[in-house]
Amino acid sequence: MPRGYAGKYLEVDLAKEKTTDINVPESVLQEYLGGRGLGVKILWDRIGERWSTIDPLGPENILLVLTGPMTGIYPGGRVCVTGKSPVSNGVVGSTASTEFAHELRTAGYDGIAITGRAIKPVYLFITEEGCQINDASHLWGKMGEETIKILNKEITIALLGRKPNVGLWKEPGIMYIGPAGENMVRNAAVMTKLCHACGYGGYGSVMGSKNLKAIVAKGRGPLPEVYAPEAVKLLWKSAHEYLISRDSFRRQGTGYGGFDTGNTMSSEPVRNWQEEWHDKKSFGGPMFETQFWVKKYWADFNCTTSCMKLACINSGRWKGDITDNPDYELEAYCGTNFDIYDPAVSIHLSALIDNLGHTGIGAPNAIGFAAELYQRGILSEEDIGFPLKWGDVEGFEKLAKMIAYRQGIGDILAEGTYRAAKKISEMKGVDCLKYAIHVKGIEVGAHGTRSDADFIAHNISYAVSVQGGDHTSVASDGYNELSGSVFTDSAVVCNFCPTPQNLMFDYLKAITGFPITIESWRRTNGPRIVTLQRTLLLLGGPDIIWEPLKDDENPQRFYEPLPSGPYKDKTTDKDLVRKRRAAYFETLGWDERGIPTTETLTKLNLADLEHSVKRLRS
Amino acid sequence: MSSSIWIVRDYEKCTGCRRCELACSMAHENWMWPEASRIRVFMPFPGLEVPHLCAQCDNYPCVTSCPFKALSIDKNTTAVVVDREKCTSCGLCIKACPGTVPFLHPRDNKATICDLCGGNPECVKVCREADYNALRLVHERMNTNRKLFARNPIDVARYLASKIFGEKGKELID
Repeated sequence: MPRGYAGKYLEVDLAKEKTTDINVPESVLQEYLGGRGLGVKILWDRIGERWSTIDPLGPENILLVLTGPMTGIYPGGRVCVTGKSPVSNGVVGSTASTEFAHELRTAGYDGIAITGRAIKPVYLFITEEGCQINDASHLWGKMGEETIKILNKEITIALLGRKPNVGLWKEPGIMYIGPAGENMVRNAAVMTKLCHACGYGGYGSVMGSKNLKAIVAKGRGPLPEVYAPEAVKLLWKSAHEYLISRDSFRRQGTGYGGFDTGNTMSSEPVRNWQEEWHDKKSFGGPMFETQFWVKKYWADFNCTTSCMKLACINSGRWKGDITDNPDYELEAYCGTNFDIYDPAVSIHLSALIDNLGHTGIGAPNAIGFAAELYQRGILSEEDIGFPLKWGDVEGFEKLAKMIAYRQGIGDILAEGTYRAAKKISEMKGVDCLKYAIHVKGIEVGAHGTRSDADFIAHNISYAVSVQGGDHTSVASDGYNELSGSVFTDSAVVCNFCPTPQNLMFDYLKAITGFPITIESWRRTNGPRIVTLQRTLLLLGGPDIIWEPLKDDENPQRFYEPLPSGPYKDKTTDKDLVRKRRAAYFETLGWDERGIPTTETLTKLNLADLEHSVKRLRS
Repeated sequence: MSSSIWIVRDYEKCTGCRRCELACSMAHENWMWPEASRIRVFMPFPGLEVPHLCAQCDNYPCVTSCPFKALSIDKNTTAVVVDREKCTSCGLCIKACPGTVPFLHPRDNKATICDLCGGNPECVKVCREADYNALRLVHERMNTNRKLFARNPIDVARYLASKIFGEKGKELID
């Protein structure tokens, strides 16, 4: 086993209630590292040409929970959940910061592959002694808060009973789903730490489809041995010095974005993206901080960025609601997107979304979509069950619950914005797709392209991304993002703990000893990962197959002129999108429709894809 | 009573980054090993992070509890020092500690207790570097308050919960 790895992966067959330790060859790890890269490789190897026929919510889908060689050792420990996505039908590397990641590694595992479907609700409990499949009937139906509380207690008691009595055990790392995941709300999140989520991709519903409520890990071993330990220790210090120097980001987190992003950059969803600008100072960062941040620096394992700010409402109507910040995405999606500019309401709705196990972008995006249909008279009060007016917190709260429990119109919206739009269009005989803000099914993150002022400044950020509307992994020029998010998702570290890329690659080398450089990663490893992702995304199915070019596009709304703010009348340049898209495909060695060429597949050591790709070319 | 160094812990300021665990284990184990760190951050509920380490009680119940005289007090730092040769892994020091602070080392089951790094604790350095200041090194008169910090981390979190989350705090930890 190469350095930087715990040494084995855990295979769990829930149908047979069987667990096995497996190895991944060093050559594969050197090509794909872990997380998103290794995930897409394992999925292709195991599912391969059957891809289009596999139901992501069926027992044959493989749920992967993977770390990478840098996880826990580099600042910002994270875990990557992946599999065939029920939202995009491709593969999304969906990551969250959590202590689960280093607990898993110190228990001796670099990752878990879960297949089959348990006959009754279960959870996995992983320690150095192996994996137990435990009954989870008592947890099924429980909200996030309650799930954490029960598991922490239950596991602590179980560990204290182990012999010899070694003293107190720290709490385990826990990944879990809420009611949304249990009820297979298609875009539901895999949750951790109350308000952290592997949100994009809908892997919460995959867990639900497998009757898997939670995965718990507790390790007592050291982090994996590395290639050059003294170098790693020095790099650890340098990396943290760098992160600590970013003073304003550390202080504000992303929680100052709710006002700033809309007001300055004009790229924040307002009323389902009908506008992207607002001037509501009530929604300013200091308003959140002064009233609700009970911990101004909140971090995950080995992190000095502490972009998380613990928020709690300590009095009044929503007393006891807890969440982080909320971070910018949820401030926007559970705030401005609903025409809400009151920090308390945004915290309340964010806490509800987290507790239900919804993804904080997907579910509120679908709710905002429904609210626009109500505004336009396409959905009536009768369809919804109540008036769904902008700014009306009760309505949004009700609908979030109806989606989680698949009640009434919630059952349709639980399919995610795009699928719901198709269904409602059919039902009503009206084209609703133009109000669905998604790319390849993935509801778009809270950063618009029209003002061209946000970090999403390249028009094709979402349009050609292999992760669709995912704002954490946008496409830019086919080089930068490869050594950026494609790398961090595969090394599995937080991309809010970024250091200069040279330092990150030195760090990787000191950990693994692999002869990987930024250049070789951008030339070979990165393109290999996104080429695989692109292929599986286009193979898609079984319910939806994306059409190259037509679906390599921004949401229609992103071509409407901005109606207000400093960038009024500006919009996404369609010609520029076409040109950049063509350039992007060319850079990656894909043809004019974005289909990998035979030459590229051979060069990237992906010749076994040729047969499937040939079908896409015709 | 004499004076000595001591690590002040300010629970509300702990971010849960656990760099203290990494720094401690790098100093004592020469590698990153959170569960072998002499300071361990418990988290009975997210947001309630409790750095847990020896408080150097004025009467050192752990030292007196050891039938094998494996524990002693360092005269310079007042830290508890474990003689790993003499330790038999009986666990009596863990029981004697009012905060259940000592634990058996994950490699060899020997009692493991903070030694204050000989006077210059690494955990404090990294916490200060990050400007979190949940840990601070002070030099003050030996007093009985120190012992009151030697508490089970879940008890500490229970108090902290009410302070941070208000009434809701009571519901979060049984």
